[in-house]
Amino acid sequence: MADKIDQIFVTVLHFLVSYLPEAWRPLASSLICIAFILMVFPLIFSLTTIFERKGIGRIQNRYGPNRVGIPFTKIRLAGFGQFLPDGVKMLTKEDVVPRAADQVVHFLAPIVLLIPVLLTYAVLPFGRNMAIADYDAGLLFFLAVGGAVEISVFMAGWSSRNKYSLLGAMRAIAQMVSYEIPLILSGVTVVMIAGTLNLSQIVEHQNQYTFGIAHWFVFTPWGLVGFILFFIASLAESNRSPFDLPEAESEIIAGYFTEYSGFKFALFFLGEYLGMFSIIGLGITLFLGGWTSPVSFLTWIPSWIWFLTKMMAIVFVFIWIRATLPRLRMDQLMGFAWKFMLPLALINILVAGLWHFMSHDWQRWLVCSAIIFGAYVVLGRGLMANQKLGKRIYRYAE
Amino acid sequence: MLGEQIIKGMAVTAKNFFGSYVSKDRLTTVQYPEERLTPKENTRQFPFLVFDGDDAEKGLRCVACQICEKECPPQCIYIVKSKDKKPDYKGQMQVYPVTFDIDISVCMSCSICVEVCPFESIKMNNEFELSTDDRFKGLLLTKKELAKPNSYYQQIHPQDAKDSDAVIAAEKVKAEAKAKAAAEAKAKADAEAKAKAAAAAAPVGTPPANPPTPPPAAK
Repeated sequence: MADKIDQIFVTVLHFLVSYLPEAWRPLASSLICIAFILMVFPLIFSLTTIFERKGIGRIQNRYGPNRVGIPFTKIRLAGFGQFLPDGVKMLTKEDVVPRAADQVVHFLAPIVLLIPVLLTYAVLPFGRNMAIADYDAGLLFFLAVGGAVEISVFMAGWSSRNKYSLLGAMRAIAQMVSYEIPLILSGVTVVMIAGTLNLSQIVEHQNQYTFGIAHWFVFTPWGLVGFILFFIASLAESNRSPFDLPEAESEIIAGYFTEYSGFKFALFFLGEYLGMFSIIGLGITLFLGGWTSPVSFLTWIPSWIWFLTKMMAIVFVFIWIRATLPRLRMDQLMGFAWKFMLPLALINILVAGLWHFMSHDWQRWLVCSAIIFGAYVVLGRGLMANQKLGKRIYRYAE
Repeated sequence: MLGEQIIKGMAVTAKNFFGSYVSKDRLTTVQYPEERLTPKENTRQFPFLVFDGDDAEKGLRCVACQICEKECPPQCIYIVKSKDKKPDYKGQMQVYPVTFDIDISVCMSCSICVEVCPFESIKMNNEFELSTDDRFKGLLLTKKELAKPNSYYQQIHPQDAKDSDAVIAAEKVKAEAKAKAAAEAKAKADAEAKAKAAAAAAPVGTPPANPPTPPPAAK
């Protein structure tokens, strides 16, 4: 029974496709998968916006949206109906394009953002046997396609002919390029240990249990550091606070999508959240065991529920961080990526190699943890050494 | 060490997040249509007219002296005096307002009309849910809508109503004493009472010497 629920989507897909002639099956199967992703993840996105508003509200001791429910009734659903009127509002708004804008590029930018983001979902294993395209180079595909997002951001910023848009786009490029390196390097450790770029096999590698606890990579010294680095880099990649400089409201209005309104704005918003989900999905797949359960006695829970639970948990941490940390300054952002995260990621690769070649006993735990801890302390000191914290001294104003 | 303060900050926000579900004191939001705060004693929105007794027409304190109309800074009050007279709370014959309109789209809630009224008849209401779908007639309050019983005033502004009632009671006593004195020494007391009333800014409408015709200024 548990197996059947676990495989329910796969079974339904096979059932639907079995009515078609043999030649059409691969195409039909892909189309159904695409429709499924286009249905499920925007829905999760819309619910996340409510979760985010309610969560931040609670952190600030407010209620957040709690009014909109089912129309014409008194049922309020605790405000979870809010996303529908929000969506309708977005759709019915006027689409304003600046007269000086590069019309074609301005039109293409949101589409160019959304397509690579949606493509990344192809290789993510959402559950057991549920990777849509089970590439051998899945991780490479994900990172390559995900890198294309930067183009759309710059297209949007450049074509708007607005100084705020351009500033936001340039910030976004600098930030995304800088943080992509620690993101990839922290993922490299997993590839080294698992010996494959195939995401399903990486998950399979973590799907074993000793004393009832799963072999997730995050439970190893190099995996923990890799996960933290990946987590921070994915915050920056998805332009989330405290790395939301590209769209810093208080400085540059909305950054690269300042000049977008109506449905195009909604597409940017959607693309950003879908990008966040996909990169969280990759983080889960690489370090948190993908769709596997953390303890062996909970393996009866369907794999896709585990995946979604982990994803929403990390989304919640993202929201939590957003409500806590203030935005970094540009030089702090760059310094953090190049002076702290990059060296630590490189050291982490070394540690992963040590971990692989040392004998499987407590010594490798000790050695690897010591190296990583030492590196963390030294790099942290180095990062904070030149910081002049304290009262600000004005050179000219006084 | 790097990251310590971030953990501390995260702990603070987490405490607030879970605390908001546990303790009601953290959430200062009042969920307005269902929950309401009791308005403060001195809350004021727009003016209303006080009447004594049960009948709004009969007990209306306003004597259409038009001081409030003249003093109103944004000119939102419109009064038409009556041709006939009716007895006020002291039993004195007074004119009364046939029309008394306040345009609350113009009114700025300054409360000057209340301060200048010598008859304790116009007071500030604390009713604030005045939204309407008719922006012309819906926001023009007529005499009928403005008239509220004294008991309502006592309810919304207990302290002010007490003071106001005391003033009226004192006036009544004064008026009774005056009537008594008038009965005892009719001819002599007449002039005396007039001077006294003028000095105390007592509510004497048209002097009794004049015939009951409307003043020429009204035309």
